[in-house]
Amino acid sequence: MSDDNKTIEMEVLRYRPEQDREPFFQTYEVPFEDDWSVLQGLQYIKDDLDSSLSFRWSCRMAICGSCGMMIDGVPKLGCRTFLRNYHSGKLRVEALEHFPIERDLVIVVDDFMEKLARIKPYLIPKQVRKLEQGEYLQTPGQLEQYRQFSTCINCMLCYAACPQYGLNSGFTGPGILALMHRYNADSRDGGRDQRMELGHSDEGVWGCAAVAYCSEVCPKEVDPANAINQNKMGSAIDYFLRFVRPRGATG
Amino acid sequence: MSAQSGKRRPYLRPISGWWKRDPYFIRYLAMEATSILIALYALILLFGLLRLSQGEAAYNGWLETLQSPLSVGLHVLLLLVFGYHSYSWFKIMPKTLPAIHWRGAKVPQPVITRIGVAAAVVLNLLVIAGLAGVQP
Ligand code: SF4
Ligand code: FES
Repeated sequence: MSDDNKTIEMEVLRYRPEQDREPFFQTYEVPFEDDWSVLQGLQYIKDDLDSSLSFRWSCRMAICGSCGMMIDGVPKLGCRTFLRNYHSGKLRVEALEHFPIERDLVIVVDDFMEKLARIKPYLIPKQVRKLEQGEYLQTPGQLEQYRQFSTCINCMLCYAACPQYGLNSGFTGPGILALMHRYNADSRDGGRDQRMELGHSDEGVWGCAAVAYCSEVCPKEVDPANAINQNKMGSAIDYFLRFVRPRGATG
Repeated sequence: MSAQSGKRRPYLRPISGWWKRDPYFIRYLAMEATSILIALYALILLFGLLRLSQGEAAYNGWLETLQSPLSVGLHVLLLLVFGYHSYSWFKIMPKTLPAIHWRGAKVPQPVITRIGVAAAVVLNLLVIAGLAGVQP
């Protein structure tokens, strides 16, 4: 707790659909302490300066994934980014790129939610076991095959980082394709064929141009670019196997 | 509720100029652009092959053109471009591979990149040494 007199200029992108034709920046002078996150700065604005400001948050500990925003142009979690790191100048906060803005920092997530359902983000058991047969067992090695990809918090930072998604919102996008891989790579799962019809398409892994900025911005080290691009190999192999495999056979 | 939803007017910001937003995107585009120059150089080499098939005089003419100052300058530039292209290629390589384990631990992606770059350097030196060996 050093001196309490520090202030920072927070330039926030505002958009109130009932009165603004388009978004504009509004600057707030925010006093802050060393341990304040950008989210706390926004909460100070809302509580003490301007109650009309809207933004999403819940856990304030980088696990719910609601507070994604552009901070000085980079997609970050507001609750995990500290004001002290921006003290030299002012700080710009905007809604996540590539999503329609509902209001201020709140984006419309319908497209993401709809696509998430499309990849069937749940286990589709390879062999359904009856209760008396006990649990689905898995070795630590089998867990390692997908563990990293299962830590996604659906924060959508990777979507704001992905120009392919920005240019063509038909693309399923990094986070969801990483989740698709997470279930496909699970030894207990047998749903790969159901998911890969979408996975093999231009909306799936082939929509990715390997910019790989998604993996840089991901706060959970999911590495979606890795999940997607290792599937391109599998997708290409599947494509060629179709010509040599007898109909109805499984690989 | 319906009065509320009547006020909804989601605003989608334009994407134009996206590549200027972050130096990361500029590096990405530079990497993509290097492939164009590499394709160009492949054409130059193919043209040499064509001249070779047309006889010794034609081939020597092609070799001579390659020795002009303009061509030497172009080669220096292309060497730099090739260097950056190879590096960026190996940088993206670990993204295309499933995790590789060595002695129970996951091999970090930068290590895979470094191994790739080292292999490329060694191979290129071997080719140059080999060519130096066949020179008359
Ligand atoms: S992959 Fe990472 S950046 Fe993308 S939604 Fe999941 S946690 Fe967020
Ligand atoms: S508030 Fe939950 S991730 Fe930031």
